[in-house]
Amino acid sequence: MSSVRERVRALLKTTGWLQTDIDTLADDADLYTAGLTSHATVTLMLSLEEAFDVEFPDSLLRRRTFSSVDTIVEALTSIGVDKAAV
Amino acid sequence: MTDWIAAARAAGDVAARHADEVDRQARFPAEAMAALRDAKLLGLLVPKDEGGPGAGIADIVSICHLLGQRCAATAMIYAMHQIQASCLVRHHGGAAWQRAFLKRLASEQLLLASATSEAGVGGDVRSSVCAVEEKDGRFALAKQATVISYGADADGILVTARRTPQSPASDQVIVVVSQKDARFEALQGWDTLGMRGTCSNGFHLKAEGEVGQIMPVPYADISAQTMLPTSHLVWSALWLGIATDAVARARAFVRAEARKKQGATPPGALRLAEATGQLQLMKAGLVSALRQYEAALGSEDALSALPFAIAMNTLKITSSQMVVQIVGQALQVCGLAGYRNDSAFSLGRHLRDAHSAALMVNNDRILANTAQLVTAVRDDSGLLA
Ligand SMILES: Cc1cc2nc3c(=O)[nH]c(=O)nc-3n(C[C@H](O)[C@H](O)[C@H](O)COP(=O)(O)OP(=O)(O)OC[C@H]3O[C@@H](n4cnc5c(N)ncnc54)[C@H](O)[C@@H]3O)c2cc1C
Repeated sequence: MSSVRERVRALLKTTGWLQTDIDTLADDADLYTAGLTSHATVTLMLSLEEAFDVEFPDSLLRRRTFSSVDTIVEALTSIGVDKAAV
Repeated sequence: MTDWIAAARAAGDVAARHADEVDRQARFPAEAMAALRDAKLLGLLVPKDEGGPGAGIADIVSICHLLGQRCAATAMIYAMHQIQASCLVRHHGGAAWQRAFLKRLASEQLLLASATSEAGVGGDVRSSVCAVEEKDGRFALAKQATVISYGADADGILVTARRTPQSPASDQVIVVVSQKDARFEALQGWDTLGMRGTCSNGFHLKAEGEVGQIMPVPYADISAQTMLPTSHLVWSALWLGIATDAVARARAFVRAEARKKQGATPPGALRLAEATGQLQLMKAGLVSALRQYEAALGSEDALSALPFAIAMNTLKITSSQMVVQIVGQALQVCGLAGYRNDSAFSLGRHLRDAHSAALMVNNDRILANTAQLVTAVRDDSGLLA
């Protein structure tokens, strides 16, 4: 069992979305500064939906939602993902 | 009619007088731009706090539509200038240098240009090769800018670049460069099919200045919330202007025919009716997108929401297609009189100008971007929401 935060980090590590290694970034580090593009944001969102079996409502589909590990975890939690473990 | 619209009409008369010559010689529409400057229409968006009249996007859209009917190159220059102005007005973030520059925009009626396109990335404006280099409170920047419309005649240029030499291509800022701090080396000329008066030459641009000239807000936000929507609105407005004038010429042609053959509806009237319908659709699309933008203004969330981005992208794609279609229909109505370059019904310039619309940030690029967004959205808003 790993936490939501760890799973988000693992997801960000396996794909080529970032140009900086996620392990070197803090939870509140700006992912856009680390190379995340607007295009990649959409595929990131779809991967998160697949991994956590959730759907992001339109109200969360904005740049800020995906700007850091913290904001992603916060968004997932707000749509019902259990923060501690899955 | 506001004073601004009346002044824009007068400037439009000047633009129309020189439009054919500007097109033929591919020269800067100096007379029309001087008229716009003298009427203080360049600083229209500057807020009252910074010494401007604080006009809104609807005023600019209306003026672009008016100018587009007279000289599309003048309208495009005015539109591109106002895109830059709106980025400054909405994203100066209270920074001292930017606010002082806005004051100058109002008092001196500065003309602003844009250098987003770059050798190596083409039309992908959300990527930069060049980077800002900062040292001791100063910056230096060098960009192979493939297209800077009226670059030689602008007072200031908003240049996109990577935030630092280490930043990824997508981590960009806008630097406001004054003409006097910049050096331009010609890269390529501008001998094109249409929009010839925009003088969109390529330059190797080198600039220096104070760090304060770098806009504090990331370009990603400026692009999504302001540059993209305002570009698509003002461009669509002037393209609508081109289409409107083409239909007006077709109407004049049909009316002249009707006068000659009293009692019979000229055959071209059918196509004219068809073109009028298309024009109505094009106008409706613009006005509805304008209302959507006005409703979103003031809410960063609404401005960066996906359905909003889809709506603004779609506006650009449809208007750029419709302008070509409508001018084509008008040409069908006017026949050879429209095809000739020396007739009152001539539509050659309209058609050539209209064809730039789909290329000015390539429609396929915008469609590919939209294709990703439409995969992500799900709720459809109500009819009148
Ligand atoms: C009148 C006018 C004025 C302009 N003024 C300015 C200005 O002042 N400042 C400025 O910076 N720029 C300006 N531009 C440039 C404009 O914004 C675009 O950058 C430019 O039109 C794109 O040039 P391109 O067709 O060579 O490049 P691209 O957009 O790169 O297109 C090249 C080719 O790539 C293909 N393509 C389609 N989709 C994609 C995709 N998703 N990925 C990759 N390739 C794709 C296209 O089919 C096309 O054939 C102006 C353009 C015009 C027409």
